[in-house]
Amino acid sequence: MLHLKAISKQFGGLPALTDVSFSVPRGQITALIGPNGAGKSTLINCITGVLTPSSGSISLGVHEISTLPAHAIARLGVACTFQNLKLFDRLSVLDNVLTGLNNDAGNSWIMALLRLPALRHRERQLKLRALQALDSFGLSAKADWPAAVLAYGDKKRLELARATVSQPQLILLDEPVAGLNATETQGVEQQLRRLRQEGQTLLLVEHDMELVMGLADQVVVLDSGCVIACGTPQEVQCNPRVLEAYLGSMEATT
Amino acid sequence: MNSRQKILYFVTLHRTGLWVTMLSLGLLLYPLLQDNPYTLGLSNLVAIYAIVVLGLNLFIGYAGQISLGHAAFFGLGAYGSAIGTVTMGWPAWPTMAGVALLVAMVALVIGIPTLRLSGHYLAMATLGCNSVFHTIVLQWDEVTGGPSGFAGIPPLTLGSFAFDDEVRFHYLVWTFAMISLLLCLNLVRSGVGRGLAALAGDETAAAALGVNIRASKVKVFVLSAVLASLAGSLFAHCYTYISPDSFGIFVSTDLVIMVVVGGMGSIWGSLFGATLITLLPEWMDIFEAYKDFVHGGILVLVLMFLPQGLVSGLMDMYKTRRALRRSRHATS
Repeated sequence: MLHLKAISKQFGGLPALTDVSFSVPRGQITALIGPNGAGKSTLINCITGVLTPSSGSISLGVHEISTLPAHAIARLGVACTFQNLKLFDRLSVLDNVLTGLNNDAGNSWIMALLRLPALRHRERQLKLRALQALDSFGLSAKADWPAAVLAYGDKKRLELARATVSQPQLILLDEPVAGLNATETQGVEQQLRRLRQEGQTLLLVEHDMELVMGLADQVVVLDSGCVIACGTPQEVQCNPRVLEAYLGSMEATT
Repeated sequence: MNSRQKILYFVTLHRTGLWVTMLSLGLLLYPLLQDNPYTLGLSNLVAIYAIVVLGLNLFIGYAGQISLGHAAFFGLGAYGSAIGTVTMGWPAWPTMAGVALLVAMVALVIGIPTLRLSGHYLAMATLGCNSVFHTIVLQWDEVTGGPSGFAGIPPLTLGSFAFDDEVRFHYLVWTFAMISLLLCLNLVRSGVGRGLAALAGDETAAAALGVNIRASKVKVFVLSAVLASLAGSLFAHCYTYISPDSFGIFVSTDLVIMVVVGGMGSIWGSLFGATLITLLPEWMDIFEAYKDFVHGGILVLVLMFLPQGLVSGLMDMYKTRRALRRSRHATS
């Protein structure tokens, strides 16, 4: 599905990522973990096209995406949620989800200006899909609220709804449960399980180890910009290099 | 569904269309009730500014950019039509369309480099463009008439029917204004419009949703410039005389004030803002001399208390209140 080959990124000579290679298999949940400053966000930004990697290749299916601009990557079916929410506060909850269907809404200005019958028809269908997505995230009662008014937990779910509504090929989730309480975290976990059941491919960046170990099919561990482990949750948990990265070197503690 | 619910459903489904129809009907009948040429002249001026402000509101209010140079596009349209019809002797309608096309090119050429900027830098760049335009118009007197202006522009005609008095012009200019209104309303209720709103909210998020940020900004800039140019052509044909003063940077700031006071990102607010700011000096004769003070004061007050503008600010407040009230209902 998504293949990263020898991705490196330097910021003015300072390496943030060095030779990162792994694959995200279709229909599974891959978790990307690592201590603070390990380069997780840089890596996500490279995949979504916010940053261009200094070297290496990223391929999505048959497409090479490492040099494409962000909107082109999004149009190939890569959706994402953000660590610090990036909702459109002034738009209604429904319109926020509709922006997630932007690729299907067409970008012909002439058609939009004239509002031709074909466009009206498509708008109705998109609205229906958006309402269904809101329904599955339990937000349909608040469809016409301005997004700014929502509680934090609702905002997190709204962002998930926006990212998943178009049924993208790959969904990148940057800390989907950060700041949520235990009940809300469980709710998100169920949603993620549901998405996997529906055959979605997820790449998850998360600090909540319980969630990661319970949910992920594959765990990739980054430390100081390098992949130090990659495997099932069980394998990764017993990997001495991972323990060292998280808990400090063994020699120091003995 | 009983018939009452059916009617209610119909009204909510077609509310935008119904509002537009009602407003059009009102405007159709307006000259029957009001035949004072001075008042009609004012409402015509409102329509001309409304066309500019509609486009500018797409750019400022929806897409979240800033332009302090739209009076230049307005002026390009006016001077283009004046030079085309008087100096060159071309027919008025094709000239108007040709000038609009030319202004679209100019906006494209200006927009591609300047729209990489944002915030204060974009404001300064567009302000600079307006200054350049104003200076050229002022200095190049063999073509533009310089500071004494350009006189003798013929009225627009349809066959042998000339739009040469206020009532006739009322219908012409408000037809243009209503078509612009309709186009803008259509645009913002589409995926393209949501893309622009996303752009204003957060550029990274908009790009991640597949919005081509740079292209969208340039397109909306060009569209707003074309609307300004058409309004400028109408302005020239309406008053038969134009001078550089109508297209200076203070006109640009007045246009921005119309957008802000009416409501950022509210198409209906654009109409309201254009009306309010155009009519304000007329309502308050004593303020005539202090027009700029009053405008400035209004702008400061609106920005302090309703930064989204009067119409959008009040709408946002209403929606928020309603949502909060309902959530309280749900919990109690």
